[in-house]
Amino acid sequence: MKVLVLIRPKQGILDPQGQTVERALPALGFEGVTDVRIGRLVELEVTDPSKLDELCEQLLANTLIEDFEIQIQED
Amino acid sequence: MRIGVVRFPGSCDEVDALDACAMVADAELLWHGRTDLDGVDAVVVPGGFSYGDYLRPGAIARFSPVMKAVADFAAEGGPVLGICNGFQVLCEAGLLPGALLTNSGLRFLCKQVDIIVERPGTPWTADCEAGERLSIPVKHMSGRWHADEATVAELEAEGRIVFRYAPGDNPNGSTSDVAGVCSAAGNVVGLMPHPEHAVDALTGSADGLKLFSSILNGGDRVGTAG
Repeated sequence: MKVLVLIRPKQGILDPQGQTVERALPALGFEGVTDVRIGRLVELEVTDPSKLDELCEQLLANTLIEDFEIQIQED
Repeated sequence: MRIGVVRFPGSCDEVDALDACAMVADAELLWHGRTDLDGVDAVVVPGGFSYGDYLRPGAIARFSPVMKAVADFAAEGGPVLGICNGFQVLCEAGLLPGALLTNSGLRFLCKQVDIIVERPGTPWTADCEAGERLSIPVKHMSGRWHADEATVAELEAEGRIVFRYAPGDNPNGSTSDVAGVCSAAGNVVGLMPHPEHAVDALTGSADGLKLFSSILNGGDRVGTAG
């Protein structure tokens, strides 16, 4: 099955990339956009989803600084 | 005294680290694929871009075979020094507290900074005085050390913040101006600045040499605060 793992900076952690993008938007005429946070998306194809949490905690995300969310895509 | 310097694919400061170690003791490179440390008395995990910094700096390198040996060595009280990417690897491996994030200014930094020795009583700072100022270069993209408030308070209380950037000299936005920390027992130390690039006055400063010479005197000071 196909799995998406969304990895985001934890709340409260400074995200300078997000801030920079947020500051750039008004210059392009996009007003009213706030709280931009930039993370990562990892796509996986797995046969056994039971170890996904462990896999994310051990490698895909550093849980001291990042939160992850697993989305299992139906076939 | 023999010091081992780990070499990962993508390391780039291991030769300077080896040269710095060789100024004070015997030194040898340890390829990341080996499962033992060849009986060395101390280990340096050097800077660079191990495994291309893929995913996060240090995230893949921590699974190298040699890192299991480094973790066992550290658990037995063996002195380990992580520099820059080596610091990132040790944090990812859970041998040191916190994590390293992209610099707050989003730029790669390459500059001389002053750091203050907050904790002289480690195997890598035995030759330093408390409050001593060292001029050492930084060169990194992801040097913003971060830990939550409770962790920082605990580290402060236990004297585990080893180096701070001098007031006004924090280049990357690290929490509480932290430049380097140590393990609970004090034998594992990591820092973002590069002492191995500051071992000869010809290149601006020889202050970094103190970390390497410390290892000759510091072995018996493991676990003693300040």
